[in-house]
Amino acid sequence: MAKRIDVSGLSAFYGGFRAIDDISMTVEPRSVTAFIGPSGCGKSTFLRTLNRMHEVTAGGRVEGKVMLDNEDLYGSGVDPVSVRRTIGMVFQRPNPFPTMSIYDNVAAGLKLNGDHKKKDLDEVVERSLKGANLWNEVKDRLNKPGSGLSGGQQQRLCIARAIAVEPQVLLMDEPCSALDPISTLAIEDLIADLKAQYTIVIVTHNMQQAARVSDRTAFFNLAEVGAPGKLVEIDETERIFSNPSVQATEDYISGRFG
Amino acid sequence: MSQTVLAEAPVEPAQPAPSLRRPRLPRWAPLGLAALAAALGTGVGLLAGLESRLQWGLMAALLYVVLTVTVAGAVEGARQARDRLATSVIWVCFLVAVVPLASLLWETVARGVQVLDGYFLTHSMNGVITMEPGGGIYHALIGTLEQVGLATLIAAPIGLLTAVYLVEYGTGRLAKAVTFFVDVMTGVPSIVAGLFVLSFWIIILDFGYSGFAGAMALAILMMPIVVRSTEEMLRLVPNELREASLALGVPKWKTILKVVLPTAVGGITTGVMLAVARVAGESAPVLLLVFGSAQINANPFEGAQSSLPYYIYEQWANGNAPSYDRAWAAALVLIAFVMILNLVARGIARWKAPKH
Repeated sequence: MAKRIDVSGLSAFYGGFRAIDDISMTVEPRSVTAFIGPSGCGKSTFLRTLNRMHEVTAGGRVEGKVMLDNEDLYGSGVDPVSVRRTIGMVFQRPNPFPTMSIYDNVAAGLKLNGDHKKKDLDEVVERSLKGANLWNEVKDRLNKPGSGLSGGQQQRLCIARAIAVEPQVLLMDEPCSALDPISTLAIEDLIADLKAQYTIVIVTHNMQQAARVSDRTAFFNLAEVGAPGKLVEIDETERIFSNPSVQATEDYISGRFG
Repeated sequence: MSQTVLAEAPVEPAQPAPSLRRPRLPRWAPLGLAALAAALGTGVGLLAGLESRLQWGLMAALLYVVLTVTVAGAVEGARQARDRLATSVIWVCFLVAVVPLASLLWETVARGVQVLDGYFLTHSMNGVITMEPGGGIYHALIGTLEQVGLATLIAAPIGLLTAVYLVEYGTGRLAKAVTFFVDVMTGVPSIVAGLFVLSFWIIILDFGYSGFAGAMALAILMMPIVVRSTEEMLRLVPNELREASLALGVPKWKTILKVVLPTAVGGITTGVMLAVARVAGESAPVLLLVFGSAQINANPFEGAQSSLPYYIYEQWANGNAPSYDRAWAAALVLIAFVMILNLVARGIARWKAPKH
């Protein structure tokens, strides 16, 4: 069920400001692709263009093509709501719905979209929580509010919530940046498990993390502050970290940059 | 390493190490000073034969501030004295604000309970001679409940939807215009809202006086309050929750309905209740549009009704002792009504608040 993403000539804007410029890349199915690069280089913006979340921001606009297998996400007549149902997202800060219990949080995507069969829901909730490695910790308090969990648990709850709707692709925007090393490890293990089924794209500031979890790595950079971010190169993670073809990548990875 | 540094450090002549301790006033000092100031204020007031208790109180307050600053300055030093100055001024301001409120409540309760009983709550003024005791507020109570209820039914949904539009959808000119007019509406005096409904509903459209006409005027007064408070509450809902919901493939309208509004529902309810409390005490529109009546009229769409504020005004205008008593009792009921609404709102807000 995982799908390939083909991006060609993609630029994204905030009002008149060009945040990323002319990006083309392929994201392979059933693999983890990591985006690294300095702050403000447009990694997150680019990630958000992949499930049409960019246009939710005021003034957000996109030019170019994003092909999910053979369908252009930005083609005419494409419903952004169904795009987001196909391509899920996990955010930087854990954001469980504060009014809902743990159970309802996981079931939120299905419930809010009107898939209501109680028995199926139970099954989906259990499967998703198990998938997110959280089941054992919360199975006795499914009716407690989700905001009562620890940060790492909340983030895994958000992952469970995202995979409950069975997306084809999972986008993760710095999912571990607010977590301690143990929770981070839990999430990284989870990513390794999930890639058997999903296409995963992860934005990270932690290069060890990119090296640990990803199969392919893309390096983004910007010429100067205020200039649009660009894709410098994308390659096998091993090559990026050992023998990148562009000097800027090597400088960034070895810490000689900025 | 650090040891050698210590050893080589030149030995300073033993200066008295500056102590971190400073002389402090005892904990009971503020209270004691307040008592002293109160005693002095009373003493001076008695000696000088000042009539007004207000003057005694103001003198005591002033003395309290001056005493505190002087004593603290002498004992604790300038910085602490400034700290105590700010604290004591704030306490005085608090008392100045609370004393009238408490006295108003006390006065209303003390005078209101005289005639407030089951009979008073369940009988109207029909056939009661105003010069004599007896009669009640049943008709006015029904009128207030129905008019305020109808006004809420009109104003709450419109206000809520307007706020949702402004926060979730509104961009550009229309939203700016709506915000502007809501601000203007906030400042509309109640009598003007009443006159507007009078000219439109009663004079042009030729409907008669009714509780509903009054409810429309009250709704005009409620709407901006509901819009403002709901808007504030919706803006408090973190954007991350909206994004989380949208990223699950939930359409925007459902995100608003199932995620944004439930998160803010406590605050929204409080806002609506405050708006209700605000209009429950309006007498001007009732005077113009509901006409007032001594009889029970349970139908808000037909004929004159009364309402609590109007009843108070009417009884007071009668100008005799039994009527004054009834006015106080009605005022007490009105205050209790508003207070109960507020408590209910707080209860709902606490019950619905996001749990942790």
